[in-house]
Amino acid sequence: MHIVVCIKQVPDSAQIRVHPVTNTIMRQGVPAIVNPYDLFSLEAALRLKDEYGARVTVLCMGPPQAEAALRKAISFGADDAILVTDRAFAGSDTLATSFALASAIRKIQEDMPVDIVFAGKQTIDGDTAQVGPGIAKRLDLQLLTYVSSIVDLDLDKREITLHRRAEGGVQVLQTRLPCLITMLEGTNEMRFATMPNMFRAARYPLKQWDKDAAGIEDVSKIGLKGSPTIVSKVFAPQAKSQRAEIIDCESKEPKDLAVTLLTKMFTKYPNLPEEIAKVNA
Amino acid sequence: RKFELDPRLASYKGVWVFVEHERGVAHPVSWELMGEGRKLADTLGVPLAGVVMGAPGIQARRFCEDAFHYGADLCYLMEDPVMADYRNQPFTKGLTDLVNAYQPEILLLGATTLGRDLAGSVATTLQTGLTADCTELNIDLENRSLAATRPTFGGSLLCTIVTLNYRPQMATVRPRVMSMPKKDDTRSGSIIEHSLGMIETDIVTKVLEYIPDNLQGKPQLPFADIIVSGGRGMKRPENFQLIWDLAKVLGAEVGATRPVVQAGWVELDRQVGQSGKTVRPKLYIAAGISGAIQHRVGMDASDVIIAINSDPNAPIFDFATYGIVGNAMTILPALTDAFRQQLATAKVAV
Ligand SMILES: Cc1cc2nc3c(=O)[nH]c(=O)nc-3n(C[C@H](O)[C@H](O)[C@H](O)COP(=O)(O)OP(=O)(O)OC[C@H]3O[C@@H](n4cnc5c(N)ncnc54)[C@H](O)[C@@H]3O)c2cc1C
Ligand SMILES: Cc1cc2nc3c(=O)[nH]c(=O)nc-3n(C[C@H](O)[C@H](O)[C@H](O)COP(=O)(O)OP(=O)(O)OC[C@H]3O[C@@H](n4cnc5c(N)ncnc54)[C@H](O)[C@@H]3O)c2cc1C
Repeated sequence: MHIVVCIKQVPDSAQIRVHPVTNTIMRQGVPAIVNPYDLFSLEAALRLKDEYGARVTVLCMGPPQAEAALRKAISFGADDAILVTDRAFAGSDTLATSFALASAIRKIQEDMPVDIVFAGKQTIDGDTAQVGPGIAKRLDLQLLTYVSSIVDLDLDKREITLHRRAEGGVQVLQTRLPCLITMLEGTNEMRFATMPNMFRAARYPLKQWDKDAAGIEDVSKIGLKGSPTIVSKVFAPQAKSQRAEIIDCESKEPKDLAVTLLTKMFTKYPNLPEEIAKVNA
Repeated sequence: RKFELDPRLASYKGVWVFVEHERGVAHPVSWELMGEGRKLADTLGVPLAGVVMGAPGIQARRFCEDAFHYGADLCYLMEDPVMADYRNQPFTKGLTDLVNAYQPEILLLGATTLGRDLAGSVATTLQTGLTADCTELNIDLENRSLAATRPTFGGSLLCTIVTLNYRPQMATVRPRVMSMPKKDDTRSGSIIEHSLGMIETDIVTKVLEYIPDNLQGKPQLPFADIIVSGGRGMKRPENFQLIWDLAKVLGAEVGATRPVVQAGWVELDRQVGQSGKTVRPKLYIAAGISGAIQHRVGMDASDVIIAINSDPNAPIFDFATYGIVGNAMTILPALTDAFRQQLATAKVAV
């Protein structure tokens, strides 16, 4: 079995700061990490490898520095890593990104057919959850998003059974390989890197593919040119004009504060007592 | 530099809202979008249509009626037994076929597990742009294009995205971000039927079973009318009981900030904010919450916000309706008592 896991390198959003004057992102010094959602998919792939035997190839599109994300994946136990990197990809939206990644996966197939592609549920930077469905469509893979568990895999019948989170419940789905799976967060825990894998990761001769190596001939499908969406403006959220009315009564007794607040509030919002009574009924 | 739409795209007219439903119940986000779609359609001077896809039967017709009541002028109805449950393959084909046949300029879907799955596949098939999780939709009158605004980098900035020379312009919106429009039962509209043209054996993925969530005792924050939330300022898990006490008197749901959820004081379903739930209750009471932007984006559409915080400079006072500067541990019980009394008098009055 051959599994491809798509991982994206993202800035650690917990540490992102916005410049107060220019409203630009201050990326400097912000560490880059593997998109946290992708780790649930990578771990799911590694578990399938443990149970059924598989070659796990990790794939990332990004700048040369993104190789760190791929080495990290190798240290967890992935077998191969490919970095698709080319200036021509700059400015890609999700349509252009799924085009590039799908082309790269087609190239990977030439070496060994791919049975399952994993992607993260979404990223923490672009945060669209659109690239997974896009790749599946382009490669004509059965799409299985928001998967909470893989119940069974029958490699002879090439059938997979899994649980998919829907809005009001869980769908138990059965489908045929090849398919694309995005795992729900919290459904597993990434293993620790082993010593031998860490050594392997450090020495692994990472493959770097430019657009030609990734099999992309039509440059109108990638980068800014291949992106229908255009960011027309970036701005700071508007501060609400009104500041809170501070309830401050002379006595400062909590009881009086509460009564003053309720009196003021119910005078200004006369429907509110009824609403509260309704909820209570 | 004036923008000229490719003449081949000029035939794309009208605003569409995908009506999502599951197990006989329409997802409220569909009607929230219908309200938004109505405004866009009126600005453009074009019709607003609902798209209803599902198994044949009265239910699908009922969703069309509801769509009219919430503002649609017409509905595209696609009925087929293979669409009884949501599956990507038939729904992607169905919606793509409808778009190609009737050519809307704008297509809106809810950013739900279903909507995101479907929107991503349809946009790729149609080779058009899709803007995710929008919080604001407008028409740029200069070129009649959709200007879709969404938060970026954890809500600290907003960006406006346009899809100029591609049709339809697609966008998803998270539930509860837009307000629910008023229902008008006197409105009606026309239904255009279109067939899917697929049979079960064409569809690779099978639904073996559907396990509905046990909602008993599960928090339902997005649709709660009153929410009492606590933050790190509650200091200790035991103190959180004060939040529960007030919530009990009010019949409210309990919410929390991310640090509180991460500390395990309450379950994940109660997290309000950018990486939690978006809520829009009539009354939101925030105790010991600083009002960080990631929390704010999930709750600042509440009608009335009461904030209790010991720090007079806490950012939450910048957008709350009422603020009490003080110790939540003493003010919460007083507030609980005051509400209890008010409710008792309200009962006597009835
Ligand atoms: C603030 C912001 C807002 C944006 N809004 C939009 C928008 O509304 N519409 C739009 O079309 N584009 C948008 N973009 C562009 C979009 O983020 C990029 O196209 C990006 O390359 C992929 O999208 P994503 O990060 O949302 O990925 P998602 O679709 O959320 O990612 C899902 C999964 O796809 C895989 N994946 C994604 N990117 C890569 C990669 N480079 N290499 C390997 N695997 C990958 C990962 O497994 C990932 O978990 C936005 C970008 C930014 C920075
Ligand atoms: C990518 C990302 C996503 C995030 N998503 C979310 C999200 O979905 N939801 C969310 O909530 N946060 C989210 N956060 C975290 C967010 O940035 C804030 O850290 C968080 O909201 C702060 O929680 P808090 O108000 O409880 O705590 P603090 O910011 O620590 O505030 C505690 C407040 O309590 C007050 N206080 C202290 N003692 C008392 C007292 N005795 N009585 C009254 N007041 C008192 C203090 O003055 C202070 O204002 C996210 C962050 C990131 C980076």
